[in-house]
Amino acid sequence: MAKAKKTSTMQVSDELVISMKGVNKWFGNFHVLRDINLNVFKGERIIICGPSGSGKSTLIRCLNALEHHQDGDINILGVTLDNNVRNVEVIRRDVGMVFQQFNLFPHLSILENCILAPIWVKKMPRAEAVDLAMSLLERVKIPEQASKFPGQLSGGQQQRVAIARALCMNPEVMLFDEPTSALDPEMIKEVLDVMVELAESGMTMICVTHEMGFARKVANRVIFMDEGQIVEQNEPEAFFNSPKSDRTKLFLSQVLSH
Amino acid sequence: MNKDTDIVFVRDQDAPLLPPPLMEQGLLGWFNQNILSTVNDFSSPGAAFRSVIMAVATLAILYYSVAVIWALVDFTVIEAVWSDPDGLKRTICTTEVAGGLRHDGWHGACWPLVAAKIKFLTYGAYPSEELWRVNIAGLLLIVGLVSLMFDRMPYRMLIGVLMLTVYPVLAFILLRGLGEGIGLPVVDTRDWGGVMVTLVVALTGIIASLPLGIILALGRQSEKPVIRMLSTLFIEFWRGIPLITVLFMASVALPLFLPKGVTIDNLLRALIGVTLFASAYMAEVIRGGLQAIDKGQYEAGKALGLSYWKTMRLIILPQALTYVIPGIVNTFIGLFKDTTLVAIIGLFDLLGAAQSAINDAAWSSPVQAITLYLFVAGFYFVCCLGMSRYSMRLERKLAKKDR
Repeated sequence: MAKAKKTSTMQVSDELVISMKGVNKWFGNFHVLRDINLNVFKGERIIICGPSGSGKSTLIRCLNALEHHQDGDINILGVTLDNNVRNVEVIRRDVGMVFQQFNLFPHLSILENCILAPIWVKKMPRAEAVDLAMSLLERVKIPEQASKFPGQLSGGQQQRVAIARALCMNPEVMLFDEPTSALDPEMIKEVLDVMVELAESGMTMICVTHEMGFARKVANRVIFMDEGQIVEQNEPEAFFNSPKSDRTKLFLSQVLSH
Repeated sequence: MNKDTDIVFVRDQDAPLLPPPLMEQGLLGWFNQNILSTVNDFSSPGAAFRSVIMAVATLAILYYSVAVIWALVDFTVIEAVWSDPDGLKRTICTTEVAGGLRHDGWHGACWPLVAAKIKFLTYGAYPSEELWRVNIAGLLLIVGLVSLMFDRMPYRMLIGVLMLTVYPVLAFILLRGLGEGIGLPVVDTRDWGGVMVTLVVALTGIIASLPLGIILALGRQSEKPVIRMLSTLFIEFWRGIPLITVLFMASVALPLFLPKGVTIDNLLRALIGVTLFASAYMAEVIRGGLQAIDKGQYEAGKALGLSYWKTMRLIILPQALTYVIPGIVNTFIGLFKDTTLVAIIGLFDLLGAAQSAINDAAWSSPVQAITLYLFVAGFYFVCCLGMSRYSMRLERKLAKKDR
């Protein structure tokens, strides 16, 4: 896998983009997020890992209001996430998301998938949107697929289109929800390469993943979650070489052994 | 045989590329696979029994199919009377015993009867000198619908919008008229009849029920409890009453609720009843499609910043409606045939006109009723088959997109 060049653009700034204070969430009676406190600065690449059911996906889905948190404050790019529909729509414009199941629109071509949001949300003229989409499809290395339909592409290609689609909205923050978990092993590399390039370009990223190699190369912070809580967080080298919590140690031993 | 030679194998020469054996391809192949294979298995008593049953069933089906088709062709073509040049009316379609010209034992269609009644069957009692208005409205409809079927048609979007907005108004003005002043005297809906009424009721019901059905389906899925409850109530209410009762109530009960002197045109009552009824059915068909959409599609739309209505319009509904084309066309076909029920409120649709023609004493004969009913059935069959074929074409076209 391409080694991420730790260039000056991978520096983290002092600008706070996401702030979560005392966030709690319940699914019915099940307490799925417990007292989450997290500050994310511009340019950070945060990897969240943990066993399934630990709430990692729920946490990032709270950040673009796909899930609603019942307690605590979430502030993104200066906007508070609450029941106000306006705020939610404003935030979603600047926060991009890539899903485990790609969620491309099967009835539209690749190009149409990418230009849909810029045209209908940002009111961009079509020609400009097409130029933007093509440049981003080139960035993810599949410009020749623009007129094909999602069903005709491989999983790795579809996920790269999903990344390009999210980038078309020019987001400030990119959220990745296990982007490679649904891919065949030989296609994981091509998607991770795109994500590495994205990190190098200075994008603020929060990524839920099991790809520890990727975490080591690109992350500036690794967070371990278990049973709805943030158990431990650290710089990647320190995290992987000398985990402090017993639970972290147990998880790493299970994940890194194969 | 050696253990090593069984495990190790390397191909040195390609196996020849051959066509399939004669009995496996083409018509012979079809016959072999679907018919012969069901009757030639005698490997066990059970299989032999099955084979015999299948052979008997196949022969029986074949015999009765031919018999029915023959009877139909015999009645409608071979034995049928095709013209009545001397205007003899009933005598040309009755046997000698009953005072007619046909030999005893004759039994065939009386097509001159249909020819004589065709104007009545198409326009009802619409005044003859105003028929041009109906013809223009009909021509515009055909031109509009046909042009919408071509993908490459220029201004297709515009044509679609015009057909949905301007055409109904234009058709109303043409068919009903506004007054003597502009040369379009009013023709009361009581005088409308035949195919004209069938098409007006069916098309209005079909076109109006689709958007209403979409809104109801979305309402039933809404997160807001009031909207969901109201939508569910509406749907269950209109689905729970037979259409005939709806029409009857609209015709009889509605005037009781209106202030004295205010009347709603009878045809309009039928149109409203049919539309509301059909939209409830349409809502459930569409809801099935909405449920088939993966939740991820909604989430992807939200994540990109699309509002609820934009997500529905651009992402969800195009997919949902494509899934349920069979269901939608099914409902349309059913609705088209249900229009015959308007007879209960005194409107003369095609069937009503046909029944009136059946009572014409000048054409009285044993084949009078059969001929007319066959004709009406044929008309409905052709229309419904047309809708069915078009929907298959539409499905095929849309399926090409997702492989």
